[in-house]
Amino acid sequence: MKLDLVLRVGTKILLPFILVFALYVQFHGDYGPGGGFQAGVIAAGMVILYAIIFGVNKAKHIVPQALVEAMIPLGVLIYAGTGTVSLLLGYNYLDYTGFAGDFLRAHEWGILIVELGVLVTVSGTMIAMFYAFAERGR
Amino acid sequence: MIDLQPHLPILQVVIPLLGSLLTAFIRRGTLSWLVTLIVTWTLPFIAVALFLQVQAAGAPIYYKLGNWEAPFGIVYKVDVLSAFMLCLVSGAAAVIMPFARKSVASEIDSHQQSWYYTMYLLCLAGLLGIIITNDAFNAFVFLEVSSLSTYVLIALGRHRRALVASYQYLIMGTIGATLYIIGVGLLYLLTGSLNFDDIAARLTSDLVWPLEPLLAALAFIFVGLSLKLALFPLHVWLPNAYAYAPSFATVFLAGTATKVAIYLLVRVMFEVFGVALTFDRLPVAEILIVLSVAAMFIASFSAVFEDNAKRMLAYSSVAQIGYITLGIGLFNQAGLTGAFAHVANHAVMKTALFLALGAAFYRIGSVRFSDLEGIGRRMPLTMGALVIAGIGLMGTPGTAGFISKWYLAMGALEAGSWLLVFLIVASSLISVIYVGKLVEVMWLRAPSPAAAEAKEAPLSMLVPLLLLAAATIYLGFDTRLTVDIGNQIATLLLGGLK
Repeated sequence: MKLDLVLRVGTKILLPFILVFALYVQFHGDYGPGGGFQAGVIAAGMVILYAIIFGVNKAKHIVPQALVEAMIPLGVLIYAGTGTVSLLLGYNYLDYTGFAGDFLRAHEWGILIVELGVLVTVSGTMIAMFYAFAERGR
Repeated sequence: MIDLQPHLPILQVVIPLLGSLLTAFIRRGTLSWLVTLIVTWTLPFIAVALFLQVQAAGAPIYYKLGNWEAPFGIVYKVDVLSAFMLCLVSGAAAVIMPFARKSVASEIDSHQQSWYYTMYLLCLAGLLGIIITNDAFNAFVFLEVSSLSTYVLIALGRHRRALVASYQYLIMGTIGATLYIIGVGLLYLLTGSLNFDDIAARLTSDLVWPLEPLLAALAFIFVGLSLKLALFPLHVWLPNAYAYAPSFATVFLAGTATKVAIYLLVRVMFEVFGVALTFDRLPVAEILIVLSVAAMFIASFSAVFEDNAKRMLAYSSVAQIGYITLGIGLFNQAGLTGAFAHVANHAVMKTALFLALGAAFYRIGSVRFSDLEGIGRRMPLTMGALVIAGIGLMGTPGTAGFISKWYLAMGALEAGSWLLVFLIVASSLISVIYVGKLVEVMWLRAPSPAAAEAKEAPLSMLVPLLLLAAATIYLGFDTRLTVDIGNQIATLLLGGLK
């Protein structure tokens, strides 16, 4: 890998932009195309690109296996937990009305939180799948 | 304190979902088992509360997710049929939990046990979701949730063939789910709705619908769900999946998974397409009856020649599913009553039988007939319960199996077919052969080397087993729980005819 200077430098330059793009897709999900799933895949793509260029071991320094395995249920927990909170606020499951005084603002917040849960689970799952394949035969 | 009463429908699905997340974080086998136990023991109370609520109201209960109005949002609907299925599935999941701890601890690697309970709860959440949802696409999502977790539950079996069995089921199950979603897609293109009630209302409105895509949708959904419910000859995934899965997975799936697919099929056929379209325009009834009879005989014969007890009971499951689909194919009051009584009765009996084999596997590590020889003398309570459940399976008077077969025979008479009555009785005689073979091997032969060292099953396995064996007898005398409710369901489903 020592000789692939262009790839390594190029990757390092690309990584932050990929992350920013993931966040853009995430937070624009309620206005334009995109949302938690697409953002999660892009964010996972960043980690996977890093792992391909610098090796799985280095990638696991940044995103450890344990973190990935925790991310998968955590995202669902954020989603299901949001619904449970709206239950506790006295509304129907996943009815975000109680999250803020203003109806529209409350729904905007609710969808953002739920989409965050999707992002966490999807990126966690993608990375876990990549790790699982990369580990085969080791 | 918030009033949880109106939120019971969603809690039925969310509690196992949250429980599965909790077990995914805990990662300790025994602690996860405790969480799963608490979760599964809560669910039947909710299901029974919902059932009583429906009975008191005399009308379905609706729950709007996110407070979105139907047909735009997803709506949960609890009527007599779904409440009955909720009670059955959550009850089955709760009863077998004491059995789980030692069985899972002995069959699953310690670092995977917690994940195993995660998958179990996820599967349960999926099955309950299919039952309770009133949305065609939501049902598909729950179908996938339960199926994907089922593949994991099966693949973790000790035997190497568990992986192959799971893969086979994955392919077949995915084809089934794909056919279902193609059917739903056609329906959506036609009617512009995914809400079951709304589609039904639009189809029965004055508008004229093109018939061909509608029949294609029905055919796709029918075949897709027939794959999931293991209707003969689409059952080939089932024997291996049940035989090589860990005992606990078999116990759970045998009582619940196929029944839920049957429920979804009934819901779509009777409530969405309606009796007129389903049975008059397409020969669905004839197909169902012929395939059911084929299942009752051919699968039973396959069971007779098996030398692995779990595989034998799996083939018997295919045959018993045949009885249920036969009752549905008859689509008259007594036939449907028998079908749904058999859904409950078969769940009780088959769960008991697989529990007994699971206990035997826990003691001797095998369920081959050569190893099970003479085990009845070493594990008298376990195998006594197995005999009772087996007698029930044959349809002996005084057991649960007799009640459902009686109503199925009545349904056949109502349809004017003496031949079917004869076939129901004749196929029961084949089940006498294979249950008899099981009893003969276990009780009348000298103990095999493995069986000679076996001890009675631990108490935690015996209690659920004896409970279900007692239920087999009890349901043979007190038919309020099965027949009366089955009757209500039949009236509900046939409502469109009157």
